[in-house]
Amino acid sequence: MLFYIFKRILMTIPVMVIVALFVFLMLRLSPGDPAAVIAGDYATAEDVQRIREQLGLSEPIVVQFTRWLGQLAQGDLGTSIFSNKPVSQLIAQRIEPTMFLALTTIIFSVLVAVPLGTIAAYRAGSWIDRVVMLFSVGGFSVPVFVLGYVLIYVLSLKLRWLPVQGYKSPFTEGIGPFFAHITLPTLTLSVIFIALIARMTRASVIEVLEEDYVRTARAKGQSELKVLMRHALRNAAVPIITVIGIGIALLIGGVVVTESVYNIPGLGRLVLDAVLARDYPIIQGLILFFSFIYIVLNLLIDLSYSLLDPRIRY
Amino acid sequence: MFSQVGKITRRALLAAGFAMPLVATAMATTASAESVLRVVPHADLKNLDPIWTTAYISRNHGYMIYDTLFAMDENFTPQPQMVDTWSTSEDGLVWTFVLRDGLKFHDGAPVTGEDVVASLKRWGARDGMGQQLFGVIESLEATDAKTVVMTLQKPYGLVLESIGKISSNVPFIMPKRIAETDPFEQITEYIGSGPFVFQADQWVPGSTVVYTKFEDYVPRSEPVSAAAGGKVAKVDKVIWQYFPDATTAMNALMAGEVDFYESPAPDLAPILSSNPDITVEVNDPLGSIGFARFNHVLPPFDNADIRRAAIMAMKQEDYLAAGIGDPQFWKTCYSVFPCGTPLQNDVGSDLMATGDAEAAKAALQAAGYDGTPVVIMQPTDIAVLSAFSLVTAEKLRDAGFNVKLEAMDWSTLTSRRALRDPVGEGGWNMFHTWWIGADVIDPMAIAFSGNPDKGWFGWANDPALEEARAAFATASSLEEKKTIAAKVQERLWAIGASGQLGQFFTPVAYRNNVKGLIKSPVQFFWNMSVE
Repeated sequence: MLFYIFKRILMTIPVMVIVALFVFLMLRLSPGDPAAVIAGDYATAEDVQRIREQLGLSEPIVVQFTRWLGQLAQGDLGTSIFSNKPVSQLIAQRIEPTMFLALTTIIFSVLVAVPLGTIAAYRAGSWIDRVVMLFSVGGFSVPVFVLGYVLIYVLSLKLRWLPVQGYKSPFTEGIGPFFAHITLPTLTLSVIFIALIARMTRASVIEVLEEDYVRTARAKGQSELKVLMRHALRNAAVPIITVIGIGIALLIGGVVVTESVYNIPGLGRLVLDAVLARDYPIIQGLILFFSFIYIVLNLLIDLSYSLLDPRIRY
Repeated sequence: MFSQVGKITRRALLAAGFAMPLVATAMATTASAESVLRVVPHADLKNLDPIWTTAYISRNHGYMIYDTLFAMDENFTPQPQMVDTWSTSEDGLVWTFVLRDGLKFHDGAPVTGEDVVASLKRWGARDGMGQQLFGVIESLEATDAKTVVMTLQKPYGLVLESIGKISSNVPFIMPKRIAETDPFEQITEYIGSGPFVFQADQWVPGSTVVYTKFEDYVPRSEPVSAAAGGKVAKVDKVIWQYFPDATTAMNALMAGEVDFYESPAPDLAPILSSNPDITVEVNDPLGSIGFARFNHVLPPFDNADIRRAAIMAMKQEDYLAAGIGDPQFWKTCYSVFPCGTPLQNDVGSDLMATGDAEAAKAALQAAGYDGTPVVIMQPTDIAVLSAFSLVTAEKLRDAGFNVKLEAMDWSTLTSRRALRDPVGEGGWNMFHTWWIGADVIDPMAIAFSGNPDKGWFGWANDPALEEARAAFATASSLEEKKTIAAKVQERLWAIGASGQLGQFFTPVAYRNNVKGLIKSPVQFFWNMSVE
């Protein structure tokens, strides 16, 4: 097991290098120029060129890439072209809201979706199953921004129960303001994940319920609750955990719309702003960071398989 | 054990859920102990050096923390701001400026003549008007702690207009050690002598900027008038909270979570206006001017007659209706200098006011257009400019042009417009933009340049135009300036430099407890209070 983990960690190095090269080339070959964005409307072509030279963007791509790799080797993700702040500091400023939003969304989604999916599977074909599946289809179909605006309109503007927007840190602002601000975005984001996890849970549990060991458990006289919890759900857990893991990765890197609708200063918005402004160091640093998160999460998911299913060994 | 934990968690969650509205209320109450103005700025503050970049949001940040020697009042006349007294020699070559008493930087150091000299030199290396001013400056030196002497090689009529200019790049005064930074590198310390102090540790790019009142700032005694007059900070703190989503910003204003929304989209104005707690009004008397810019270097727009034919096809009402919508936020204006400003005139404007496809078609045929495609860059991420591009494409097609519309984002457009290469190698024929009125208020604006080497994208080439602009720089009286401005306008229409697409105004929206807004082309936050 330890050797396996060591091997997987070693494998991340070539993966990260390939990602770095790919991202670097994609950015440099795509149209757009941060120097032109910086220079603004008043600038002449000469001003733009001078800024480009000052930023080192006029140098050959190989030189730029080598310099960036050198920085990375020293643990330096670079400095934002626009804000002049270290990319690592910008990521650190944004990681907390994104992590907490991902965490609350996944916890809430799992708490709702797994029981729903299990009940739907247990009562497959019944009205409960149909209601759960109807919700699931609906959850997939409603665009996040529509749901967000509806929730804001009802719960914030009309009922005045919750704030419209923003993020409050539980560490500096307290747990009350934190929950007040994170509730609506969590609800908004959870709908799609509840739909996804509930469907996956239902499918897996239905499959497992037809296995011989479930029939054996029932023949031994175990209660239906025990059959579901101890035998069915545990054996159905591997694909569910996979979906949850992928969900966490998606939540960390791709909740731009939710972060925009609720004005949460998270990583998703940082990516979008950087792309629109062509702030190369931020984009490069963030994509490397996201790649690292994906690799770590995949490793954790794989390791969790052996805990959930003793038959799986590395 | 599991069930116990489960019960506690559920209870805690329920309690937290019920407590939320109370918490929100409590937060609002706590916040009111300190006077805070919560602002939704027009853009994200990405960069803190208003000399390094021309971005308007960086300029507005500059006004928060820095001060200027002179400042433009609501009549577009420069008035002393940091300067106490000033004098000019009889031959107009030596200008002496004496600073006011009590000027201090945020780190406690007094503002000195040395700081002024270093700041003006850095500004003069980047700003267009600054470059022109420094082109005639023989020497600039601090003769004592409070006195700066500027000696010119020849008389120059725009000394005060230059050092008192209201928009980017504004000659903000910084401490000498900061102002000595290479003008093409960003400053890394943000110390000014303005009415607010920038809280660097609380700055979250893309989200929040915090300013606190500078207790040691000594405002002038005159009443506030645009950028001029006494800059009295009436709140303890100003927080800029950037909203990437306009609807969320509107909702936050309606819920009372922010106080002031600098530039709500005009289509949100009716919803905001219907809220009795909110005022929506136009605060910028000059607004912005839409421009259709030709590439004078490449065919077919290397021919002035073809450019003029294209301008004849343009109809301002159609652009403004498509791009802005509600007529209360736009008006036609056929002067190249903003309507409502001293240099407004109608010389040669018949061309722009034509708006007639048939007349344009006839003019195009007479000009010998050979069907060369016109590539229009359409920035689809900026709604107004995207709409302008679509209207131009339709107008030019109606007039007989062969038009190719190329969709892209604004960042791509800004890099591509710098290329003078042929269209097949990345070049272009047309794009659209807007200038805020204050930036095109006189012939010295780079938008009106006729020098292809140092001019603006599109590279108009007209020595007669440059001659007229140079004459404007030495004009002394307003009447003389008006006469020369009319000549400049005549040349601009004669060569078909750009299409002018009308004047439009972005309203501001604020809660009714906000008082003291200053009418100005630039949004200032001194003099404003929250009651």
